[in-house]
Amino acid sequence: MPPVISISKLGKTYASGLRALENVDLEIRKGEIFALLGPNGAGKTTLISIVCGIVTPTSGTVLVDGRDIQRDYRVTRSKIGLVPQELHTDMFETAWGTIRFSRGLFGRAPDPAHLERVLRSLSLWDKRHDRIMTLSGGMKRRVLIAKALAHEPEILFLDEPTAGVDVELRRDMWALVRGLRASGVTIILTTHYIDEAEEMADRIGVISKGRLIVVEEKTALMKKLGKKQLTLHLQEPLAQIPAGLSDWRLALKNGGSELEYTFDAGESRVDIASLLRRMGELGIVYKDLNTTQSSLEDIFVSLVSEREPTNSSSPLAGEDRGGGTEAQPKASPHPNLPPQGGKERSA
Amino acid sequence: MTEGMMPVFNRHGVLAIFRFEMARFRRTLWQSLVTPVITTSLYFVVFGAAIGSRMGEVDAVPYGAFIVPGLIMLSIFTESLNNASFGIYLPRFTGTIYEVLSAPVSALEIVLAYVGAAATKSVLLGLIILATANVFVPLQIVHPAWMIAFLILTATTFCLFGFIIGIWANGFEQLQFIPMLVITPLTFLGGAFYSIDMLPPAWRTFSLFNPVVYLISGFRWSFYGTSDVGVEVSLAATLGFFLVCLIVVFWVFKTGYRLKS
Repeated sequence: MPPVISISKLGKTYASGLRALENVDLEIRKGEIFALLGPNGAGKTTLISIVCGIVTPTSGTVLVDGRDIQRDYRVTRSKIGLVPQELHTDMFETAWGTIRFSRGLFGRAPDPAHLERVLRSLSLWDKRHDRIMTLSGGMKRRVLIAKALAHEPEILFLDEPTAGVDVELRRDMWALVRGLRASGVTIILTTHYIDEAEEMADRIGVISKGRLIVVEEKTALMKKLGKKQLTLHLQEPLAQIPAGLSDWRLALKNGGSELEYTFDAGESRVDIASLLRRMGELGIVYKDLNTTQSSLEDIFVSLVSEREPTNSSSPLAGEDRGGGTEAQPKASPHPNLPPQGGKERSA
Repeated sequence: MTEGMMPVFNRHGVLAIFRFEMARFRRTLWQSLVTPVITTSLYFVVFGAAIGSRMGEVDAVPYGAFIVPGLIMLSIFTESLNNASFGIYLPRFTGTIYEVLSAPVSALEIVLAYVGAAATKSVLLGLIILATANVFVPLQIVHPAWMIAFLILTATTFCLFGFIIGIWANGFEQLQFIPMLVITPLTFLGGAFYSIDMLPPAWRTFSLFNPVVYLISGFRWSFYGTSDVGVEVSLAATLGFFLVCLIVVFWVFKTGYRLKS
C-alpha cells in the first residue's frame, strides 16, 4: 500500500539562520498512529507545519496521497486536520460557530448532523452555544480537536494534544484517537509524554536537532533498544562474583546482597534459566527476585542524549555524524541505557 | 474527501471567512457602526449647523452640504483601514491564522473574503452616514451611480491598504500608526472641509501632491457636479492606488511576508 504521506529530503532553514530540519525522509502509512518524539526545538512542529502548509520548506518534497503539497495544495490540505499545540481559537466565538467556520473554511458544505456528532463525541454538545472564552482549558482543547475534525479529514495531526490536560481528559483523548484510527483516519501525534506514545503508537519516530534519527515499529524499537535487568536478592551476601558465573554479565550490588544481571530485551529467556540453574549448582541461594525493563522513555533519552552537540560550527552542531536521514536502529544495545524507572515486574 | 469534491473556487471557504468577519462586526456594533455615526453627526452639528450657518456657499453648495462627501470619505478611509487591518491582524496576533494558512483556500480567496467583508462594512457605514447627513442638511446627488461606484472603489482600495497594514504591523501601535498619523491628517488637508481653490496658490499646488484630494474631489463631484480636479483624474488616481495595493497584496502572498515563515 503506498504511503499516505511521503516526505523526501525535507529541509527548513529559518530567516534567522536556524536550521530546523535537515534532509528528513519519512513515510506515514495509511491508517496508522505515528508518534513523533523529540525534545523541545527538535523540529517536530516545523515538520508538521510544513506538511499542513503553514511553513514553507527550504528544500525537499512532501506528498500527501501522492499529491504534492505545494502544487496540489487544495486537495492535500482538504485531507488534513491539525490540532495545534497552543490553544489558538477565537475566544469570542461559540463552539458551534467556530466548528461551522472550520468546516466551511476547508471547502465542505454545511452538515449540522456531522458537526453534532463531532461535538457529542467530545462531550461538547451541551456547551455548543457557550463562548469559548468561558470554557475550561480542557474544553478549549476539545474545541480545537472538534475544529480539526469538522471537515472529516483523512489525516489528523495532533501536536502535543494532551499537554497540560488532566488525566481524565488525557484518557478520553486516547480513546478518541483510537476511535478515529478505527474509522480509518491516519494519526500523527507529537508528544512529550513518552508513555502516551508507548500506549498508542504503532510506529515511533525520534527527531533530534532537525534530523530524524529513528523510525521504527514501537514493539521492534523496544525489543531492539530496550534492556532488561534481573535482580536476585541473595540469602547470603557474596564477596565477589564466583568464577562459575563469568558467562553472564553480572554485578554485585547493595554490599553483595543483590546480584544484578543485565540483558537485552530480545535475548532468550533460556539464558536466565541457565543462570538460575548454575547458581543452584554453586549453592547460591536467593530469597527473592524481580525484573525491570527499559521504558520507551529510557530509549528516547538514550537516543537523544547520544545526539547531544559536540564541537562543530554547524547550526546543527553534533548532528553531522553518519549523514543518514533515517538512522537505522543499532544492532547492539545501548551501553548507557538506564533501566531505572522502567516497568517493574515481580517475578 | 475525494479530489472531485474540491472545487476550483472554494466558495464555502470564502463565505466562512466573510460570515466570520461580519459576525465580528455585529459583535462590535457600537465600536464599528454607532461610534463613527455619532462622531460624524457631531461634525455636522459643529461644522454644518453651528459654524456652517455663518459661512457662505462653497462652489454654490451650502457649507453644511459641501462637507458631507468629505466626512463620508473620512469615515470610509479610517473605518476601511481599521476593519481590514484588524480583520487580518487579530488572527495573526491570537495565532488562529494557522487555520486559514492550513486550509485549502487560495491567496485570492483569502483577500476576497477579508477585504470583501471589510469593504461591505465600510460601504454600509458610508450609506448610514449619508442617511444621517440627510437629517442635518439638504442633500442632492447628481450622479448617484458614480457616487456608489466611488464609494465601493474607495472602500475596497482602503480595505486592501488596511489588509496590508494588518499584515505589516507587529503590534497594535503600528496598526494605528498609518490611520492616525498619515491618513487622518491627509484627509483634513485633502479638502474634506474646504475646496482647495480656497487655498493660496502655493498651498493649492502643494495640495495636489496629496492623493486624498483626488479621492474626495471625485466623490464630491458625484454629489454636486463640481470638483477641485477633473473627475477622470480622480478616477485614475483611485484606480491607480487600488492597483498598487493589489500588487503589494499579491507580493505578500507570493513571498509569505509575515504570514509564513
